Amino acid sequence: MSILVDKNTKVIVQGLTGAAGTFHAGQCQDYGTQIVAGAVPGKGGETWTNPSGKGTAPVFDTVREAREKTGATASLVFVPPPFAADAILEAIDAELELCVVITEGIPVMDMVKVRRVIEGQSATRVIGPNCPGVITPDQCKMGIMPGHIHRPGGVGIVSKSGTLTYEAVGQVTALGMGQTTAVGIGGDPINGTGFIEILEMFEADPATKGVILIGEIGGAAEEQAAAWIAENFSKPVAAFIAGVTAPPGKRMGHAGAIISGGKGTAAAKIDALHAAGAKVAPTPSDMGKTIQALLS
Amino acid sequence: MNIHEYQAKEVFRRYGIPTPQGIPAFSVAEAVEAAKRLIHDTDSQVVVVKAQIHAGGRGKAGGVKVVKGADAAKAAAEELLGKVLVTPQTGPEGKKVQRLYVEQGLAIAGEYYLAAAVDRESKRVVIMASSEGGVDIEEVAEKHPEKIHKVFVDPAVGLMPYQIRQLAYGLGLSKKAQRSFHKLLSSLAHLFVEEDCSIAEVNPMIVTADEECVALDAKINFDGNGSFRHPSWEDLRDLSEEAATETEAREAGLSYIQLDGNIGCLVNGAGLAMSTMDTIQHYGGQPANFLDVGGGASQEAVTKAFRIILRSDSVKGIFVNIFGGIMKCDIIANGVVAATRELGLKVPLVVRLEGTNVEQGKAILAASGLDITPADTMAEGAQKIVELAGRAA
Repeated sequence: MSILVDKNTKVIVQGLTGAAGTFHAGQCQDYGTQIVAGAVPGKGGETWTNPSGKGTAPVFDTVREAREKTGATASLVFVPPPFAADAILEAIDAELELCVVITEGIPVMDMVKVRRVIEGQSATRVIGPNCPGVITPDQCKMGIMPGHIHRPGGVGIVSKSGTLTYEAVGQVTALGMGQTTAVGIGGDPINGTGFIEILEMFEADPATKGVILIGEIGGAAEEQAAAWIAENFSKPVAAFIAGVTAPPGKRMGHAGAIISGGKGTAAAKIDALHAAGAKVAPTPSDMGKTIQALLS
Repeated sequence: MNIHEYQAKEVFRRYGIPTPQGIPAFSVAEAVEAAKRLIHDTDSQVVVVKAQIHAGGRGKAGGVKVVKGADAAKAAAEELLGKVLVTPQTGPEGKKVQRLYVEQGLAIAGEYYLAAAVDRESKRVVIMASSEGGVDIEEVAEKHPEKIHKVFVDPAVGLMPYQIRQLAYGLGLSKKAQRSFHKLLSSLAHLFVEEDCSIAEVNPMIVTADEECVALDAKINFDGNGSFRHPSWEDLRDLSEEAATETEAREAGLSYIQLDGNIGCLVNGAGLAMSTMDTIQHYGGQPANFLDVGGGASQEAVTKAFRIILRSDSVKGIFVNIFGGIMKCDIIANGVVAATRELGLKVPLVVRLEGTNVEQGKAILAASGLDITPADTMAEGAQKIVELAGRAA
């Protein structure tokens, strides 16, 4: 078992013909992901060829057509920031089950609007933006993470930070364990899916025996996840918060501080997670050992 | 991206938000000219000379002078220009005043706090208003959160009149001032979205003796991700407000913050960069910088990153920590080798590569013949560089 993606996931790549889209869709296909189509306005009718030479995919002008012709269930977005919000909304309009947005640098005001649309529907789950994507080892890689460090197993991973997700995965694999699914939710102020929604899925997934949760300074998502874990989550949680030693940034005005109301520091997040019964790894190199100890 | 008060007020005026009359000044002579013109135009001797720095808390730090007459304005300008202001928002090193804004003085009947910002929790724009303007608003937020009135803007319909009324009643504004507030706030909400702001703050908004709402101060912070649709932002950037190396890094697509330690860091990803700093400190070292080369950095950008790190004399060692996803390890390795050949390397260098194309990356480093200490994990790399830098120091 796993969450979000498995061997039956059929993926459309939005922005397939761009440099990043081509390279990473190729890597996903080489990993075994079913890349069934590309959706690129103006490039309908072309055929995409995997740079490794191991496969091809038809390109369609619209996501809806790509879904109808291929039976795709998910889309992976590599569209540049000025057009990314439009691409996400097109995936939602096509009622795909899942839309994973890799794009970094989408204006927050665009995400405010996208989030409003996400909340008004239930067909499509959006992951990201500005994230490494989602992977269920040996079944489906929908993202830019290095596939070879993953191994099937019982640890669920959810993270705001891309490269720290890789750290956690690499450590879990090196210790002889493996992952059910690793999910990067992205670190932008407004994203499609938060910690709690992913934790709900891990709670419902019998194969997931424990979870590594990786947060960063800023916002209150980790504190909210901690409160939710205390009430609802039955499995062991190992956590890490990046930015313990980050110097307080220079700032302008008071509005940010008023909104955060004392939340958002690494110390506040670590305290909240401890209080919720999670074990917080002292350094990022201890994430794997921490979940191993909890599961043994 | 931050801009100055006088620039923010220009943006405010474009959206019809009332502000006092004012003129920016870059020298004492310009400030005197500005004061004379304002005194003539407004038929009042009272002018305000305000230091323009990218930080709040200027008033308490002595950066705002209310004076009478052009001679007093001259004295104020002489005192402020070149002065280093330290406020709770500048950091301990403070900021040097290089620009002034000379403004007409207004008779104030009431002071209020007003701000728009992006709220991560509701995923919407929040408008906050308080009648406790002019005092320490963060303290009010902490001790009396009920005194900060908030409304959340639904992006599908925008800020609605009933929400503006809620805030106006919350502030206890008079009937006449309510009308003026309505206009000011709907303009501010519109500006916030159109101009891709992350914060727009008016502290204080005042009600004048004749019951008009005026933005006495203005702070705008733009969302850098929106820069592609606002080419004019480049003209608003004040490069003297950021460290030269930070400007250079930004232009190369790198995210760089200078710190006080002696171990240079070159990392991909903000989370990994922060936890690399955390790990270095865990093993007793001090990072010299935060540097995130981002996802798609080129070999040239990596070379540039090296050059920026090495420019600081305090750097006694460099730790390259890469877990490649988008970023390919061979590109980093080529960048490291090219930079080392070009710049020479007088300090120890520890490189930890993992992830996409890691074998090619390691092979490139090994074949280079350069004195590079490899590490397999972040912890091992951090320990090695702390030890090597300690020996070099």
